[in-house]
Amino acid sequence: MSHNAYITAEPIEGSDDGPLAGRTVAVKDNISTEGVPTTCGSTMLAEYVPPYDATVVRRLKEAGATIPGKTNMDEFGMGTTTETSAFGPVENPAAEGHVPGGSSGGSAAAVAAGEADLALGSDTGGSVRCPAAFCGVVGIKPTYGLVSRYGLVAYANSLEQIGPLAPTVEEAAELLEVIAGPDERDATTRDAREETGEADAYDYASAADGDVEGMEVGVPAELLEGADEGVTEQFWDAIDDLESRGASYHEVDLPSLEHAVEAYYVIAMSEASSNLARFDGVRYGLPASETDEGYEGDWNDTFARVREEGFGEEVKRRVLLGTYALSAGYQDKYYKKAQDARAWVKRDFDEALSEADVLASPTMPVPPFERGESLDDPLKMYLADANTTPVNLANLPAISVPAGETDEGLPVGLQLVGPAFGEKTVIRAGSALA
Amino acid sequence: MDGIETLSDGTGLAVAMSESAVDPEEVAHVADLARVDLADDELEAFAEQFADILAYFETLDEVPEVESEPDLTNVMRADEVEASLSKAEALENAPDAEDGFFKGPRVS
Repeated sequence: MSHNAYITAEPIEGSDDGPLAGRTVAVKDNISTEGVPTTCGSTMLAEYVPPYDATVVRRLKEAGATIPGKTNMDEFGMGTTTETSAFGPVENPAAEGHVPGGSSGGSAAAVAAGEADLALGSDTGGSVRCPAAFCGVVGIKPTYGLVSRYGLVAYANSLEQIGPLAPTVEEAAELLEVIAGPDERDATTRDAREETGEADAYDYASAADGDVEGMEVGVPAELLEGADEGVTEQFWDAIDDLESRGASYHEVDLPSLEHAVEAYYVIAMSEASSNLARFDGVRYGLPASETDEGYEGDWNDTFARVREEGFGEEVKRRVLLGTYALSAGYQDKYYKKAQDARAWVKRDFDEALSEADVLASPTMPVPPFERGESLDDPLKMYLADANTTPVNLANLPAISVPAGETDEGLPVGLQLVGPAFGEKTVIRAGSALA
Repeated sequence: MDGIETLSDGTGLAVAMSESAVDPEEVAHVADLARVDLADDELEAFAEQFADILAYFETLDEVPEVESEPDLTNVMRADEVEASLSKAEALENAPDAEDGFFKGPRVS
């Protein structure tokens, strides 16, 4: 546990047999586990013990997996470095002195360090793919609606999906097979068999055959602009590799992507300001009595004091900015324009994917930050999400696979984006590389 | 929440904040709406950061209006009683409860 990858290392045993029998699957600490603390990396939920399992946890147990513990994360999933956790930062096992990425940094670090065979993260704007890229492992962000969010503590529910992290694409696909599928407890889930018209729509592992012969890869120019040279070199090497295996590529322009990051942050913060209103110290959350013995304020005063104590700086920042963006007089300026941008991004992706099987970019435009580097400059941290956030806005599936290292030895990830419910396509393309 | 609360009713904030100069009093007002107390040094730091972040958000002005017709369907189930958490389980994580109810601070 040397990398601080786990918040709670309390094993949960699954059933005796099943496709994941004998394997360990670490679970991000914003995914509910019955009887085992689920803190979301926050002081607010330091003592919270869910009375029920998330659907994905139930499926892991039924599949025979052992959950070795709950992994460290940016508080409520809000961060790109896993430094905003109330339980301390996570060390990157693949790049000492650097952040593991976020917000599922503990999950990626656990897999990279061999502290778990596989892991689950959640991806609201890149929180599975970013740490996968920074720690040199594979991460999949599924199509919105493929995986149940029941029991996932909500940050921005129109954007997020639970997704697998693993050393290889095939193993990530095996874990996706276990967690994917409709759930009557999450009305936003869809049946991939109905969406694709394929009876074997969920057979993801067999799609990891590395066969990219004849595959057409689109490269959005906007996602290479502003990327570090060390990153783009590795990116083009990976494209060359795909070409040598029979794929071809062409560049595409997706002008809407220039506005994806700001649209993402306006929408995510707005949803967060509403979702996190439930942490009031009454139903759950930091007890008011512990923060302030004998304090006699009214509901609003007490609520505000509990939240001052229980939330960290980044969470406060996002709740406040979200409250601002939704307040009267500003909705049209920020929230409504962000929804326009979201629709535009979707349309651009749909057009580009009508002429390509997958779209490729660096997962992150930069190599892993040094620890502490982005803490005083939130905007710098937000801008690092330029390549991952558009995918969440468009509800599409994407995979991040390792694509070598910079000259300084820092991991680089390649992102492949597919059409809705086209998980097999991104898995097939990714498996040619990892 | 009691009634509709706005940032712009008579406070003059609509003008002040759109120019991306954010002062700590304005941050305090939003914090009040969001029910989050902030220390003075947090107000100062947030005011400075919000100016940068909001200026960046304002580039959304360049986004054209986009027609979107999302594929929405109602998801219904029969209105039948199903197993759910017991009252005791639902109250398990509440710091304070009485007679099977959550117990909160006084309302006013």
